[in-house]
Order: sequence, then structure tokens, then C-alpha cells
Amino acid sequence: MTVSTSTASTPTPSTSTAAPVITGLGIVAPTGIGVEAHWASVLAGKSGIGRIERFDPTNYPVRYAGQVPGFDTEAGVPSRLISQTDHWTHLAFAAGEAALADSGADIDAIPEYEKAVVTSSSSGGTEFGQKEMTALYQHDPTWVGAYQSIAWFYAATTGQLSIRHKMRGPCGVLACEQAGGLDALGQARRLTRKGARLVVTGGTDASLCPYGLSAQLTTGKLSRVPDPERAYLPFDAEASGYLPGEGGAILVLESAEAAAERGTGYGRILGYAAGFDPAPESGRPRVLRRTAEAALRDAGLAPADIDVVFADAAGLAADDRDEAEAITQVFGPRRVPVTAPKTLTGRLYGGGAPLDVATALLSLRHGVVPHTAGVREPAPGLEIDLVTDRPRELPVRHALVLARGHGGFTSALVLGR
Amino acid sequence: MTRRAVITGVGAVAPGGVGREAFWRTLSEGRTATRLISLFDAGAFRSRVAAEVDFDPAAAGLTPRQIRRMDRAAQFAVVSAREAVADSGIELAALAPERVAVSIGSAVGCTMGLEEEYVTLSDSGRKWLVDHEYGVPHLYGYMIPSTLAAEVAWEVGAEGPVALVSTGCTSGLDSIGHAVQLIEEGSADVAVAGATDAPISPITSACFDAIKATTPNNDDPEHASRPFDGDRDGFVLAEGSAVLVIEEREAALARGARIYAEIVGFAGRSNAYHMTGLKPDGREMAEAITVALDQARLDPTAVDYVNAHGSGTKQNDRHETAAFKRSLGEHAYDIPVSSIKSMVGHSLGAIGSIEVAACALALDRQVVPPTANLKTKDPLCDLDYVPVTAREHAMDVVLSVGSGFGGFQTAMLLARPGTAAAAAGRSD
Repeated sequence: MTVSTSTASTPTPSTSTAAPVITGLGIVAPTGIGVEAHWASVLAGKSGIGRIERFDPTNYPVRYAGQVPGFDTEAGVPSRLISQTDHWTHLAFAAGEAALADSGADIDAIPEYEKAVVTSSSSGGTEFGQKEMTALYQHDPTWVGAYQSIAWFYAATTGQLSIRHKMRGPCGVLACEQAGGLDALGQARRLTRKGARLVVTGGTDASLCPYGLSAQLTTGKLSRVPDPERAYLPFDAEASGYLPGEGGAILVLESAEAAAERGTGYGRILGYAAGFDPAPESGRPRVLRRTAEAALRDAGLAPADIDVVFADAAGLAADDRDEAEAITQVFGPRRVPVTAPKTLTGRLYGGGAPLDVATALLSLRHGVVPHTAGVREPAPGLEIDLVTDRPRELPVRHALVLARGHGGFTSALVLGR
Repeated sequence: MTRRAVITGVGAVAPGGVGREAFWRTLSEGRTATRLISLFDAGAFRSRVAAEVDFDPAAAGLTPRQIRRMDRAAQFAVVSAREAVADSGIELAALAPERVAVSIGSAVGCTMGLEEEYVTLSDSGRKWLVDHEYGVPHLYGYMIPSTLAAEVAWEVGAEGPVALVSTGCTSGLDSIGHAVQLIEEGSADVAVAGATDAPISPITSACFDAIKATTPNNDDPEHASRPFDGDRDGFVLAEGSAVLVIEEREAALARGARIYAEIVGFAGRSNAYHMTGLKPDGREMAEAITVALDQARLDPTAVDYVNAHGSGTKQNDRHETAAFKRSLGEHAYDIPVSSIKSMVGHSLGAIGSIEVAACALALDRQVVPPTANLKTKDPLCDLDYVPVTAREHAMDVVLSVGSGFGGFQTAMLLARPGTAAAAAGRSD
């Protein structure tokens, strides 16, 4: 047995612990396509929630959702790939292109194994899968198309983006429902510490097909309030659940060294932590407080250093109370502005937290905390300083983004300028 | 001090028998668990062969509520996790729950539950606007694969990082690699990690039929999975799960745990070439192997056995044979290389963890599992694939590789505890 000195065909890149930088944002969300459209909608409190258009929702108890306005599949997706991929991946193709262009990185100049793709996906190509299952059960197995095997599975978006942008590094997919987007960013950060120069990360989701909506209805967490303006009101006394949405954000994360060479970037990932709620019958406390504190510790920051919290904002009374209490325990009552711009988009699952991260980065850049549109004030007993009514201007040095996924997945990310 | 990850518990639900020892008997006896599909009527399908698990969830210890709630893939994972924890002897309740992580891999999640419910809600495909009122309460849990990791987390009481890793057919290697990262970086001290898939259902069979990836050899199901054989004609779809207990090495040593293996290298690369196609040069898999060796500070000649992806498609077998030669050089000809998919089939995302479990047991028992059904080698596959019969073999270091849709290539290196290879340490 021989212990080696060096066997690498390519030199092992140096590792780094300096905080990596998000240099590119690609937003394809109900609030708009592109950074400017999204930010304008967020500041104006312009909702992207409307009656579901991808199918006739008349016979469903939930008929509203956040949908990407004016998405042009032919313009956003290479033509050959439109029929090979689900709508969820279509949105990610467009967001990925935009994020890479926005980053200004010279992609071709980066060694092939030092660029990678890590996305979150909550439910895969649900609409594509429903179509193929329809073909199977209405006809026979030969009616199932060749692309079901590559369009429906949860790794489709990462695989397609890796191929499209020739990224041969260690790719990944994390599926942790709404928390998964932060976990993807956490994994992307790990890769930058192990030699990756650039990681395409974030995620999208799009399960607004009849079967996808029907599955979501079984949780009882979707709001059945028929007024789209009043259906998703997290932290409000009228909280009645949430509305789903499609889209999300793809982000470009670069190592500190790579970003420093161009002197660019929206902000840095300073801290990250993940935890999981104990089973409800265990009687043990939920883990959001501990996870947020762990992320702060990881960032080397104290609660007073955080200028805004982007909340998970489930829109269910018990979950909202748990989140408000966790925030209060970490920061003290009403000691930090809290916001949830996702009332404009609905919950986007794998795309939700990446969009929150993008919004938080814009908040850092512009010194403006967007408001939680639609919510008038927090429900009695919730001791949080929820930003309502209009955006609030203040210097934002650091932001904490919280995300929780169905079943107990809990993640927290700290961003800094 | 550098934190290192070791395997201290193994649990498996594999075709051929439920449980770790039944699994090892299948492998060491070279028995094949492939047969005609019994889980559904496959009469209309091109490929009607699969490696199924004879699984009785009640006999495996699941409660009626767990059985009702959980998709078959979740049932496999929870039963495997229980066995792994018992095997490790670790007292999880004595640990801070936030120091316990879960990392589960799956390629297709709860696809059986999702399909069965679709049939009901759509009235056998007749209604595009499906009837949500027919949905079972846990239908959403089928749509999100994260349910599989959540079920394992509830089972073991984990409150640390919990993740579902879904990178297609490398999911089971990547989920274990993810757990190794968590241990090494200090995010957890113990990880319950593995993978599960239960994809033997009409939609999955149909989608592999459509691209002719699975074998049409329905006349001889027991010999249908033929990696590296000149007569092979596609992979055999399978189901199963393996879950491991992975611990920080010092803590495992301190409690006197039995250590199967140390995970000394883990690397992933992507071919950025094609969602299903592989170039014959094996370039990116070779790179993953080389990087894993570098992390382990091992020379290619340190590798004593290669557990191949060996799916039994022509392009795979040639691709990885080239990758082994490219990364290990002439040494590739000197060591055994085998594919357990010849016996337990290809369970998509689960198989990576099942193969790591096989490697841990192979190291422990110093026996190489064979490649069953290998009668006449493909002339382009000219390594020692350990045909038909298991082989006693001295091993300190084993390499396991995976290759999957999306172009993902993963390599993992395990070392026998207490050997020079394990002591060489890890760098990245």
C-alpha cells in the first residue's frame, strides 16, 4: 500500500474560508422577470397573485396563486429543450442565464471543475409527470415519451444547467421543501470552501397543475379565502394559510477570491445553519430559535448586528406564533424589523428562499426594507416589528433569512454587504 | 484536529432478503434476486423484469399508522435506519439531538404513492382536472421527496441538519458524502445516512422502456442483469434501501464502537455532456476518482477493490472501464472490479448507498462480492470483474463509484480502520 504525494490530473485548488459573494441574480417570479421588475413590484407592493391560468381552477377550493407574468418559454428556453423539460426547469433556464449574465463572470475562463450547480427542488416536474401519467393510463406504456425519464425527476434542473453552462464540478440537488433553497446555498458555500470558484445555485418550482394543486390541498395549509388580497396574511390575526406560487431565483455564488478580482457582488453569505423540528408528539420545542442562533454564531455576529429578518411567514397561526416567538427570543421584543415580501408571490417552495435571499440582497444594496404587503399589523401577542404598509428606509448591513419546509426542515442564512 | 467520518452501523432492505445479513448472503453466495415483476401487471411493457424486495412492513416492525402513511420507499428507509442504529450500538437518546443529522438520498422519491394516488384522483387518467377530494391526507408527502428524510429523522429523533439529496442515480453516494461533510465540518457528530427508492411501478417502467435503458430479457429473468457481459442488453430496475450510521471517528473510538470503515475520500464531477449519454472516455468519472484519492492522500495502487456502477448498459460498462484505467492506470488490471447490480439490480438513487453498505461489509469480511451472470466478457471490458463467484481477498481500501442521469459522476473511498490507508488522513 502506497501513500501518495500527488496524483492529481489537475492541481487541487486552494481552499478558502473567506465568505463567498453572491455576484449574480436571476429572478423569474410572480413579482416579475428580472431584478428591476421584481424590486419595483416589491417596493410598490404589487402582487403577482392572480387566478390560476395554467388550467381551469373553478372546481378547486383554491383558485389563486402566484404566477410569473409574461414568461415567454420560446424566448427563455433553448428550443430543443422546451419539450424535454418541465415548466419548472424552463423557469430555471431563464433565471440561470440572467444570473450568469448579471454576475459579469467570464464563465469560459473558469476551469471546468471549479464551476458547479447546486439547486433546490421541492416537487420536481409535476406538470410534465401528470401529462405522462395521463398518456400511460389513457392509452398504454408506449405512449409515455422518452423525456419523462429526464424531465420529472428532482435533479433535472441541476443536470440541465450543468450541461448548458459546461459546469463539471460537484453538482447537487437538495429537496427540503421551502427550506431547501437555503440548504442549496449552504452547500454552494461549502463548495466554494473546497475549491469551487463559481456555483450556480438557488432554485425554482412550479407545481401549478391540477395534480400538483390537489396534492398541496391535502395539507390543509392552503388558504381557501376567496379574496386574493386577503388569502395569505402571515402574522395577521386573519391568517388563514398561504397561497402557492411558481418561480424563484437562480443566484451566482463566487469564492471571495474570484469575486474580489472583479470587485463586484451584491453581498456575502456570512452564516448558515440547519435543523429539524422534533416530532410533534415528542413535546420538545421547535428548532427555529436554535437554528437562527447557530447561523448568527456561524457568521460571528450578535443579534444586534442584524438589521432585518426575512421571515418564513407560513401564514398559519401556530407556525406564525412559533416564528414570532423564536425571533423575539433571539432579538428581544420588537428589536429588529421583520418582513415577508412573499405575500406578493405566494410560497414558492424550492424557489421561495432563493427569492427571499435575492430580495434581502437588494435590501442591503438600497438601504430599504420592503414591507409585508397586505398585513396591517401583527396578531395580538406577536411581539415582532413587522414592516407593514410601506417600505422602510434604513441602513442595512446584515440580513437574516429564515425558511421552514413541510415536516420540520428549518434553515437560516446570514447575509452581509 | 481534523474530524474524520467512520461507518459504525449498517442496515439494508435489499432484493433477496430484508436485513444486513440476508443482503450479505445474497452477495456472498452470488445469488440473483431478479425476477418477473410481481408488484404490478407488467404484461404490456417492454421490460418485465425487476429485482423486488419481499417486504412485509408489519413483520419489519412498522406500526399500522406508519404503514398507512408511508410510501414503500419511506418504509424501506425507516426499517434500514432502525437496523443501522441497532447495529451501531449507539445510544442516540443520550446525545444532544441537534448533533444528530440525517441525510437520505432518493432519485424518484415517493413515486409509487404518487402514481397510485394519481390513478384514483384522475379516475385512471380520464380526468385532467383531477378530483382533489379523493386525495389521501398524506398525498402532499408523496409529492415532496423530503418526506423520506423527515420520516427517518422522526424515527431516530434527529434535530440537526436533515437533508434529502436527489441527484438521480448518484443520490445514494452523494447523500453519504453529504453526511461526511456535515461530520467533518462539525455540523453534526452522528449522521444517519443512506438512500432509498421504490420505483417498480408502471410510470417508471414505461419511462425506461421509452429510452430502451432496461433489459428486454424477459425469458430469463434470473440472468437478466449482466454487467460487463457481451450479451447484456440494459439494466434491471430494482428497489431497496441501505442506511448507515456515520460517526465522528474520535467519538466512535471513545465509546468503543465497532468501525466497519473510514470514509477517506468523496468527490463528485459532472460530464456536462448529456442527460443520459456518456462519452466512452470516462473522463469525468476518472477525475472524481483522482480527486477522491488525493483527498485520501492515497496512490492509485492503494485501491484493493472497485465496486463498479456496473449497470449493465453497454455505454456504462465501457465508460467506467475506461474511467478505471484512466484514473488507476495499469493497476486497474490487477484488482477485482465487480457489480452487485448483477444480483440486486439497479435501484436508482438507493443503489449508491446499498453499494457502500456492500463495500463496508466486504472490507469487514475481506470478501469481494462477484459479478453474477458474467459468462463472456465484452471484449471492450477487459478488467477482472470477479465473475459468478465471491472471492476472498485482502482489502484495506475500496473504491465505490456511481454514474447517473444528469451526467453526475461520484467516487467514494473507504478504508479499513487501523490500516495505513485510514491513517493517511484526508485533505480537501
